[in-house]
This record gives sequence, structure tokens and C-alpha cells, in this order.
Amino acid sequence: MCTTCGCSDNTKATVTNLATGETVAVDEHHQHDHAHHHTHRHDGHHHHHDDAQSHDHSHHHEHGTTINLEQEILAKNNLIAERNRGWFEGRNILALNLVSSPGAGKTTLLERTIHDLHGKLAVSVIEGDQETINDAQRIKATGCKVVQINTGTGCHLEADMLARGLKQLQPPVDSVVMIENVGNLVCPALFDLGEKSKVVILSVTEGEDKPIKYPHMFRASDVMIINKIDLLPYVEFNIDQCIEHARSVNPDIKIFQLSATKGDGLDNWYNWLTNTVKINGESVAAL
Amino acid sequence: MHELGITRNIIAIVSEQANAGKVIRVTLEIGKLSAIMPDAIRFCFDIVARDTIVDGATLEIREIPGLGRCRECRKEMRLEQLFARCECGSNKIDCIAGEELKIKEIEVN
Repeated sequence: MCTTCGCSDNTKATVTNLATGETVAVDEHHQHDHAHHHTHRHDGHHHHHDDAQSHDHSHHHEHGTTINLEQEILAKNNLIAERNRGWFEGRNILALNLVSSPGAGKTTLLERTIHDLHGKLAVSVIEGDQETINDAQRIKATGCKVVQINTGTGCHLEADMLARGLKQLQPPVDSVVMIENVGNLVCPALFDLGEKSKVVILSVTEGEDKPIKYPHMFRASDVMIINKIDLLPYVEFNIDQCIEHARSVNPDIKIFQLSATKGDGLDNWYNWLTNTVKINGESVAAL
Repeated sequence: MHELGITRNIIAIVSEQANAGKVIRVTLEIGKLSAIMPDAIRFCFDIVARDTIVDGATLEIREIPGLGRCRECRKEMRLEQLFARCECGSNKIDCIAGEELKIKEIEVN
């Protein structure tokens, strides 16, 4: 039930545990499933879309009981997200929600991070994609725990999908869970999953004005990673301008510049990760 | 087609809260910076409401203008988008209103 792009509900979403190969459907708790298959009979009925101000429905002026709802339209998702957040906190797990356009390098950055921090920091991964378990197989090859969530027609992960995925993943205490969201800079901004931070990844082969083109996502993120900086000599990407745009949308955003394939700048990213995870009050970096 | 999903959510929440009563009015608060277009919600509303207890209800949308506050000089300003520059030169602006996405109230018979 994407409120942003109208992609259909998550009844087709599935969770695949790469350790067992088992695939299960995400809970179908759509008790209000009406109007999903309405037919579009446009003959002879009017939509009133030409004049939104004319209150043509209210001819009768019926007076009923007014119920003050003050209900957030995304309340259900937010409630489950808070439960996930508590679940992570109780296990001392740092959960990061990785978002980007398709192809910005999320999976490559994850592969590299898992590989380079091996033995220092336990990382497990929830992979979100519309279809295929390709990304999860890439992550599995690094030896880490991974569960794939396929959203079907859905364009983003929702908190209940993550809750289901976590039951399969069973990440260890004192660790990091990386949630690789569906490649999309629009809808994932609106859906809290219960993560500690959203990390938005932008590559230099994209435009430097992405932060102001998709301001919701850059505002919702605590961290921005500018990836593929090894390609800077070959592309017209103004990195200072990009940073300025990002800060104008989100003055507090933390920024890393790196190349996940060549390795430049990765140390700063690793330092941040290992300083953020604390075990018995001490950061992993100090252990 | 952005707003079809949100309209489904609205109808679901309203149907649940109306306690099987007939809904005659739904009032929403939508912030101008919420990335949701009121006209598109209006367009979807009648279609999604059909054959539910919300069928025929009046849809009222209150649009909440964007409001920002400068972190440097604390001045408040209208925001037309999520980023802006204050008169004092700072671009550190917090959005303090305009991102609402809420069902304010419903009227039930």
C-alpha cells in the first residue's frame, strides 16, 4: 500500500531465507481489502476533476456526529517500525536503511564493507528488491547472513516486511543489520522501518542536483555516501555543489566520499560504523 | 498515480473508525510539502470509496502551507519547497509545518 506511488499492497511480497532456501509470503493482514478490483466504468459518470472547489457532493447538508480522528495516515507502519526499533535496541544492533537510485552501488558497498570488516564487526543483511534473489546471492557469497525480501509490485520496504525478514535472519547481538531498500529515491523516504538511520547513496554518474530533486529522501537520511569517486575525472559532477545542495535540504547530514570498488575513502566510513556500534559501552573501533 | 495508494489507506482507516456508521464527510490535512497532491486524492476518492460506507461522502482537504525556521536567526518564513535561504544568508532551515498527512476528522450518521 504505497501512499506515494500507488503501487499495490504487499500481498505479493515474499521473504527468502538464503540459508534454508525457503520462501514465505509476508503476512496478508489486509483486512480492509476492498476496492482492489474495481472496474473502471467511465461511461456516463463524472469525476468532478475539472472543478475541485464545487462541493457537488454535499447537496443534502446532512448533519451527523463529528469524530475527531487526528490519525496519521501512515500510523500503522510507524507503529510496527517502533516495535522493530525496540527489537534492535534490545539486541544492541545498529540497523541502517540503505536507499538510493538503482545502480548507485548499494550492493557493491555492502559486499566490500562486509569483507573488510570481517572479524571486527558482524554484519547481516536484509535485501529488498522487486524481483530476483540475485543481490542476496551476491551477499551470501561473502559468507554473511542474508534474507531477501521481494516486494513484487511494491516500490519500497515497509516495516511489517522487515519484521518478517528479521525473524528469518536472526541477527546476532552486538552487530549491524544493513537493510538494502528497493532502489528508489521517492517512496522509501516516507516509510520508517525502525532503523537507526537512513543512509542515502548517490554516485557521481548521477546529477549533483539529486539532493534538491529528491529533497524528501535527503532530509530523511542522517548519512549521505557519494560513491564512485574514482570516476570523477571522467564525469561532469560538481562534488562541492552536491554537498551544498545536500546541506541545504538537511544541514546535519553526515557525508562520506568513497569508491566501493577502488577503496578510496572507505576508512572514514568504516571508522564511523565501528565507532557507532558500542559493546558494553565501548566502541568496536576501540576493541 | 501516486495518490491511489494513499486514498486506499484513507478509506481503510475511515471505514475502521466509523464503526459501521455511514460516513458523510472526511476532512484531511495535507501539508504542501508532503509530496502528496490534493487534486489527485480528490480524483481517486470517489472511485476507491465506491461500495464502502464512505461512498458518497464529501471530501474536505485542508492544505497546510510550508513553514520554516532559520537555525541561525530564528526567523520564520513560508517554504515553497524543502530548502530555502533565509534573509540572513543561512540555508539551515528547519521545516516546522507543511509535511502533514493526516485524517483530521470524519462526520458519521
